[in-house]
Amino acid sequence: MIRTLPTSKTYNRVFKTYVVLYFTFLFAPLLVTCILAFNDSQFPSLPWQGFTVEWFTADLPERVGIFNDRINLDSIWVSFRVAFFVTLLSMAVGTCAAFLFEQEDFRFKQLLYFLMLAPLVIPGVILGISILLLSNTLGTYFETSWHTDVELFRPGFWLVVLGQFSFIATLVTLVVSARLRKFDRTLEEAALNLGANRFEVIWHITLKFLRPAIIGAGAVAFLMSFENFNTTLFLVGHEATLPINLYLQVRDGSTPVINAISFLLIVGTSLVALANLYFSRKET
Amino acid sequence: MFFFLSPVLLWLVVLIVLPQIDLLIMSFRLENNEGQMVWSLTNYLNFFEEPIYWLTFVRTAIYSILVTFLTFVIALPVAFYITKVVAPKFQGFLLVLLLLPFWVSELVRVYGWMILLRESGVINHFLTQVGILGQPVEMLYKDSTMILGLVYTSMLFMVVPIVSVLESLDNSLVEAAYDLGANMWIILFKIIIPHATPGIVSGSIVVFMLTLGNYLTPNLMGGKNSLWFTEQIYNQFIASFNWNQGSAFGFLLLVLSSIIVWLGLKLTRQNLKKIVQ
Repeated sequence: MIRTLPTSKTYNRVFKTYVVLYFTFLFAPLLVTCILAFNDSQFPSLPWQGFTVEWFTADLPERVGIFNDRINLDSIWVSFRVAFFVTLLSMAVGTCAAFLFEQEDFRFKQLLYFLMLAPLVIPGVILGISILLLSNTLGTYFETSWHTDVELFRPGFWLVVLGQFSFIATLVTLVVSARLRKFDRTLEEAALNLGANRFEVIWHITLKFLRPAIIGAGAVAFLMSFENFNTTLFLVGHEATLPINLYLQVRDGSTPVINAISFLLIVGTSLVALANLYFSRKET
Repeated sequence: MFFFLSPVLLWLVVLIVLPQIDLLIMSFRLENNEGQMVWSLTNYLNFFEEPIYWLTFVRTAIYSILVTFLTFVIALPVAFYITKVVAPKFQGFLLVLLLLPFWVSELVRVYGWMILLRESGVINHFLTQVGILGQPVEMLYKDSTMILGLVYTSMLFMVVPIVSVLESLDNSLVEAAYDLGANMWIILFKIIIPHATPGIVSGSIVVFMLTLGNYLTPNLMGGKNSLWFTEQIYNQFIASFNWNQGSAFGFLLLVLSSIIVWLGLKLTRQNLKKIVQ
């Protein structure tokens, strides 16, 4: 059964095989995608035609590598900008929410807390369409009442940022709250006794303590935003983010350029993930 | 206090509460023959009168429950192996390995499965080479592959909560049961699963939610036959531009997910607040 108990040989063997199979299942699609990024073929499939890096570097009429592929490079840049603003916003608001729910007491706190959790239970597609609807309603209202056309209310960059922020902030709130709960509040009292005001205390003491949690949550927020599809789908304007752009290409037939992008994404996110893990281990 | 309250209120009211209210209002509105917007139940009646709509709805709900159950059955032994069976020195490494694929975009993971499974795909290539298959067969665009894809994409959200509850399971409980003569199945059902219930419930809720609201995986792996309810919503919004009908569908999906999550919590006597902590 468990380590300390005697077990039969077959039990061990069956269990081990199962776990090996599970990890094969987990990694097979990713490995195959990476390997086929280097296949010298027009299609992302076998047989193996020889090793090439042309799907990264080439700039030929029949073969454009990712480093010369304007549309895909543009969408990567859009995703970076979206993720940057989403991360910043959700770190700020998420931290405020953590302070609010952990250290303050007020009427309707339970109700507000429940609302904060709501994005966990609302499917991403619904968040997308409801924010689209509201922005459209507001846009029409401004147009008919004040004859002003507000750019923000049209599908586009900022609407995508707001849509992703609406649920990523919940995640940041939960992570930062968990850390804030472990904070020893006598430290704050000591600082207050020594003449600091509330904001000095928060800035110099509490935020210092929270920093690893905020940065860790920020990294997760960045990745979640970078790869979000369901909510973004409904809010995107003419500036497509990378997942949207890739989706359109995959749906209409694919070339190994997509494998090349996937390879870069897999390597990139793995590095962020490992760094995040390394630093969070060091903290504890 | 107000310094903290105002941004949070702004976030929750403007981006969560108001949009949902607007969604509800829109779903009861209809453009009549004179081009005016009037209150109407037509959008909901359409849903019940047109079998394709409610059949897709029921199908999505049943498949989401099936996916959640399959994910649980596959994840439990893995979580158990990592927390209780494997030598402690490999534990950290296996955990990292377990998490790593899920940092990668869902789109990339689905794309990987497409390369593996399609008619010109890698698996077909090997099977025809070895001679098991005479002709390549299309493995994509079937219900079973769609379910495989959905299980794959949501696996992480089941494994992680189960791993964290099993870590708090005291080994001596299992040892005591063993010494008293309990066999493996009794230990599984009387000790391990009851102890892991909070983790299983929170994992199930997240997996169910993500599956129900998924658009990408059914669309790419299920193809035209996938008939997933989110695709109906997408079609109403983007293809037919019938936002009122789409809102009604959206609201129905929201109600369905809330009811099932609520039932799940009630049946297992958990609450949402306890689960997220």
